[in-house]
Amino acid sequence: MEVTVKIFRYNPEKDTRGNYVTYKVEADPNDRILDLLEYIKGKTDGALSFRRSCAHGVCGSDAMRINGRNRLACKVLVRDVGENITIEPVLGMKVKKDLIVDMEPFFDNYRKMLPYLINDSPLPENGRERLQSPEQRARFDETTKCILCAACTTSCPSFWASDQYYGPAAMVTAHRFIFDSRDEGASQRLRILAETDGIARCHTAYSCTEACPREIQVTKAIGEVKMAIMTGKID
Amino acid sequence: MPNVHQFEVIVVGAGGAGLMAGLYASKSAKTAVISKLYPTRSHTGAAQGGISAALGNYEEDKPEWHMYDTVKGSDYLGDQDAIEFMCNEAIDAVLELEHMGLPFDRTPEGKISQRPFGGHTNNETGKPVRRAAHAADRTGHMILQTLYQQCIKNDVTFFDEYQVVDFIMVDGKASGIVAIELATGEFHTFHGKSIVFATGGHGRIFEVTSNAYAYTGDGAAILYRRGIPLEDMEFFQFHPTGIYKLGILITEGVRGEGGVLINGRGERFMPKYAPSVKDLASRDVVSRAILTEIKEGRGVDGKNYVWLDIRPETVNKFAAEDGRKNPDGSPYTITGDTVLKKIPDIIDFCRVYLGVDPITQMMPIQPTAHYTMGGIPTNKFGEVVVEDKGSKVPGLYAAGECACVSVHGANRLGTNSLLDLVVFGKHAGLKAAEYAKSAEWTRLPGNADSAARSEFEALRNGSGKENAFDLSNEMKSVMFRDVGIYRRENEMQSALEKVREMQARYKDVRVSDTGTIFNTELLNAWELGNMLEVAEVIAMSALNRRESRGGHSREDYPERDDENWLKHTLVTKKNGKAEISYKPVVITKHRPKARVY
Repeated sequence: MEVTVKIFRYNPEKDTRGNYVTYKVEADPNDRILDLLEYIKGKTDGALSFRRSCAHGVCGSDAMRINGRNRLACKVLVRDVGENITIEPVLGMKVKKDLIVDMEPFFDNYRKMLPYLINDSPLPENGRERLQSPEQRARFDETTKCILCAACTTSCPSFWASDQYYGPAAMVTAHRFIFDSRDEGASQRLRILAETDGIARCHTAYSCTEACPREIQVTKAIGEVKMAIMTGKID
Repeated sequence: MPNVHQFEVIVVGAGGAGLMAGLYASKSAKTAVISKLYPTRSHTGAAQGGISAALGNYEEDKPEWHMYDTVKGSDYLGDQDAIEFMCNEAIDAVLELEHMGLPFDRTPEGKISQRPFGGHTNNETGKPVRRAAHAADRTGHMILQTLYQQCIKNDVTFFDEYQVVDFIMVDGKASGIVAIELATGEFHTFHGKSIVFATGGHGRIFEVTSNAYAYTGDGAAILYRRGIPLEDMEFFQFHPTGIYKLGILITEGVRGEGGVLINGRGERFMPKYAPSVKDLASRDVVSRAILTEIKEGRGVDGKNYVWLDIRPETVNKFAAEDGRKNPDGSPYTITGDTVLKKIPDIIDFCRVYLGVDPITQMMPIQPTAHYTMGGIPTNKFGEVVVEDKGSKVPGLYAAGECACVSVHGANRLGTNSLLDLVVFGKHAGLKAAEYAKSAEWTRLPGNADSAARSEFEALRNGSGKENAFDLSNEMKSVMFRDVGIYRRENEMQSALEKVREMQARYKDVRVSDTGTIFNTELLNAWELGNMLEVAEVIAMSALNRRESRGGHSREDYPERDDENWLKHTLVTKKNGKAEISYKPVVITKHRPKARVY
């Protein structure tokens, strides 16, 4: 089938503003959108730039807006979106070139969450693993799936309104540690999240949950963190 | 020369091995980690099933059994001193990951959960043993995240989205690297005392692969051009279960949980090929079995795929036939819910890419190019050794998939890759820092980046007769077809000639993007040069080895030949020409014997 792919283009070395270029491509319904981008880059327009690596939805490189929704280009097939396809960079981050955006502020927000296990207690004397029951492990399973693709954060109206807001992906990371029974840093993280640019800016729009390619219940996770801040209890 | 940076230790690559090296080197030396991807994008994150260690959390297990299984899995080509070292380190390595915060799945008592995997056995009974420590089917993702998090905690310095393009040697010593900053197109020179290459594999030279786009053999190709040999490059692992046509990996853990392979006639076929462990034989054995079924007309609908079946009714039927038991002695059974919990990502992949639900439908699979057993020769401390007598390049280290220690020999056991990068990444980092503390700074030549600059200039100024995308597809197709699972003299000879012809045609590539900012076209074209370099070495090494061993399977020489070929291949570039030499295999405890599963 022939598909029409309209792609946002912006090259700061040449353009003062972005524009859209339309390409006609022969495609199979099972092709990934990433396959189309690779084909266009390979055969028609070598300058077209985008990030990609694993090509099956686990590395988080290729989040972009596909027909108005944040998706991973490698995890959406032509048959899912039909023959008219519009591809744009994610919103709310500075476009560096075409579909590539500046990820630095995103990773800065990630780092603000103290994204590592905090536990200064001595390790078990036998040198073995810290014990954790399957139920305790299940408590934060969902948020361990995050691949830091930024699809959630860049679909969030509160993030668009203020890029100072840490954004849903950072909250997902905070959740992953706050609810880990082995972690002792919850109070530090909750203090950070209680700041002005923290969790209060979440208005429960659910855009993040809809955008997550890993099907993480992001809004629910943020809700659990909010509850922990309000009650001072983690359970 | 602008953009010169100085660090005592420079780690290239930020997957599992690079992060581990960075973490350990930075404890005592000024260290930088340079990576063409954001670290969390690295391909370690795609590993699914588990990391092996004889923790014995469900039943008895020992490092000695892990060692023997690895030696046998390697078809006796692995160096046994290194294998023993890795298997002994495994338990502490996995426990360290847990202490760092890695969210392993848990046993009912709260210990790290483990699952069976291909070739992991109790050496006394021959029965499968649970050795693969796992976090659902995203163990690699959790390792990558955990190690990156530890690097953040420990303030490791990163240069993200910097592509390494050259290695600098002065007076025979490692002296630095050259890299391009993707965001600006500027060249940077990193002056160092120790350089650790952890750049991953090169599965992208094959048409059907589980590997990321990033897997273009950059580190191996750069060092090879600089005269460092590549070892055992003929050994490439084809994983039995890739999603049909796409090559996306379906973890061996599916078979560990009881999944079975079914041919086009609806028959379970692995018992014919591996009567004892059946579907959990080594990967090379299973891949060949699948191809044999297809060749003999038992693929599905005459096509080149078979089924992988994890539907509970199938699993329970065969588990009962095989007499598989739970740790408490009750019969092993699963439900749809167990499948969903144990392999959520696999279910997601199948639903997204195939529209198939593995709980109620079978998965169409074919072998997929998966893992580079060969690579940059090192000893067990990650030190690069350049010839058969073990002489080193002072200050040069390699770890992870780009390295060949060799612990995987002719065929890697599932879950040993994650173990390899954690263990050898750590030791390479430690050795690199130790060396940097005592070594003097070399004097960096003023034109250190000129060779790299001219390689890139050439790509901007080629005649334009050739298109890099087409050339790349041609290479992938030739390599997959003619230097794939089953190999023959004539086909490999023709593949080698074609690859060499393509190397000549590559000079006529011209990149159309004239810009500097994120010129990904230029970088992709340069990566193609690396792939062609590596493909030539693979084809040459494969053609040269006249026997079948592990992942190298020749129809014209179907038997293993220990008398003539129990040795490692080394390919070295001398005056622009590739030369083959050999080095002995280290055999300590296990004399080669017939390999039966």
